Amino acid sequence: MTEPSTTGSFRVKRGLAEMLKGGVIMDVVTPDQAKVAEDAGAVAVMALERVPADIRVDGGVARMSDPEMIEGIKETVTIPVMAKARIGHFVEAQILQALGVDYVDESEVLTPADETHHIDKWAFDVPFVCGATNLGEALRRISEGACMIRSKGEAGTGNVVQAVRHLRSINGDLRKLTQADEAELFEWAKQLRAPLPLVQEIAESGTLPVPLFCAGGLATPADAALAMQLGADAVFVGSGIFKSDDPAPRAKAIVEATTHFRDADILAKVSRGLGAPMTGIGMDADGSASDGTEFEKRGW
Amino acid sequence: MSIGVLALQGAFRRHVEAFDALGQPAVEVRRPRELDDVDALAIPGGESGTMSMLLERGGLFEPIAERLAAGMPALGTCAGMILLGTEVLDGRTDQRCFGAIDITTRRNGYGRQIDSFDTALDIEGLDSPFDASFIRAPIVERVGDDVTVLARVDDRPVLCTSGPVMVAAFHPELPTPDGTSDLRIHRRFLEEVL
Repeated sequence: MTEPSTTGSFRVKRGLAEMLKGGVIMDVVTPDQAKVAEDAGAVAVMALERVPADIRVDGGVARMSDPEMIEGIKETVTIPVMAKARIGHFVEAQILQALGVDYVDESEVLTPADETHHIDKWAFDVPFVCGATNLGEALRRISEGACMIRSKGEAGTGNVVQAVRHLRSINGDLRKLTQADEAELFEWAKQLRAPLPLVQEIAESGTLPVPLFCAGGLATPADAALAMQLGADAVFVGSGIFKSDDPAPRAKAIVEATTHFRDADILAKVSRGLGAPMTGIGMDADGSASDGTEFEKRGW
Repeated sequence: MSIGVLALQGAFRRHVEAFDALGQPAVEVRRPRELDDVDALAIPGGESGTMSMLLERGGLFEPIAERLAAGMPALGTCAGMILLGTEVLDGRTDQRCFGAIDITTRRNGYGRQIDSFDTALDIEGLDSPFDASFIRAPIVERVGDDVTVLARVDDRPVLCTSGPVMVAAFHPELPTPDGTSDLRIHRRFLEEVL
């Protein structure tokens, strides 16, 4: 008879990200919303105090959620519960681990606590997801111990353009890396500001060593399928669901669109009659949100 | 011979890659018509409640249940073990099971993600331990008389077979820590169960 041995290994931490592939992770602010998300077919929920669209409007400092609210959501659903810690705020992460949260998102949507250092994620048994706008940022987060990367997009805008930009940038550079010769990889590592062994590893494998999810601005079933066709392993939908007119059917439609992302007949069917999506915010030509808030620039 | 991998959600690509590496082509199954072309089905790890929902919404639940009742071989890992069993405890109340192997599972029986673990698993018939990952894994609470238990953790069954069905609470589809693959479970399914 075998006994359980090691907890918190990289394989076990990354493994949960593998299990969430092809699914939708939804932002929720109450146990009731968490129930709506699970009933719609979400593979996980992200418990937070305000969705990014409200954080943009309210301003002020955005922090980790109240543990009581996270506990309430944990008791309501059977799927994994994630929660956000501020960039560099390792004590918020320690608290979230103690609460038994299944994944910690070191997130640019919250106000950063450290302008130089991200959390040392190797020090934790709970796995971390981190945002990235490009390949270098993704590799820096992985070298700090992140077990899942999500392209940042621009959270709370309902505008998919930045998510597309970031996914294309990460996957485009991955493809270029596979064409580079040994000497060029040294220059790539410098340009990417990423550890050489990691750069050499992905040049060989052609993929990130952890799953790549997409986040930030997805509001419709078509947006979710677009992210999947551009190579995302799964999607996060934040404000896009509970800031729309009718969240439950939209959530369900986005789940089906993510599963059947190449099937235009199904996409056409599930996109019908969902009511108005969230209004959304335009982007200026340089990619900055027209309300002046740019979550994507947070993190280094 | 063609193997289908249920691809509604979860680690389905890893199963496709594992079968490919053994020279057994595998295809992803998302819609009922794709089921018609396969001779056996693998159900991957993922969220069993979500998969149960998507199986029903997409009209796949009944066709798969019928094929299983008619003896279609199946391999289930983690969520797949739950779905192929008879009954699930601590799941969603609307969660359905195929009843292809007579076991009762308890969802997330080992605890939350921080309780997820790796272990060197002794498996009947294998000459060295299998490095197995248990990720928010189900516990098997009960096995029927016709179920053979091939491995246990803490006295709980974690690898079982019955007729043409094999189920694991862990993830033989995930790469080992050094990045290679241990395909002994998939090979055994192909050689002995199928």
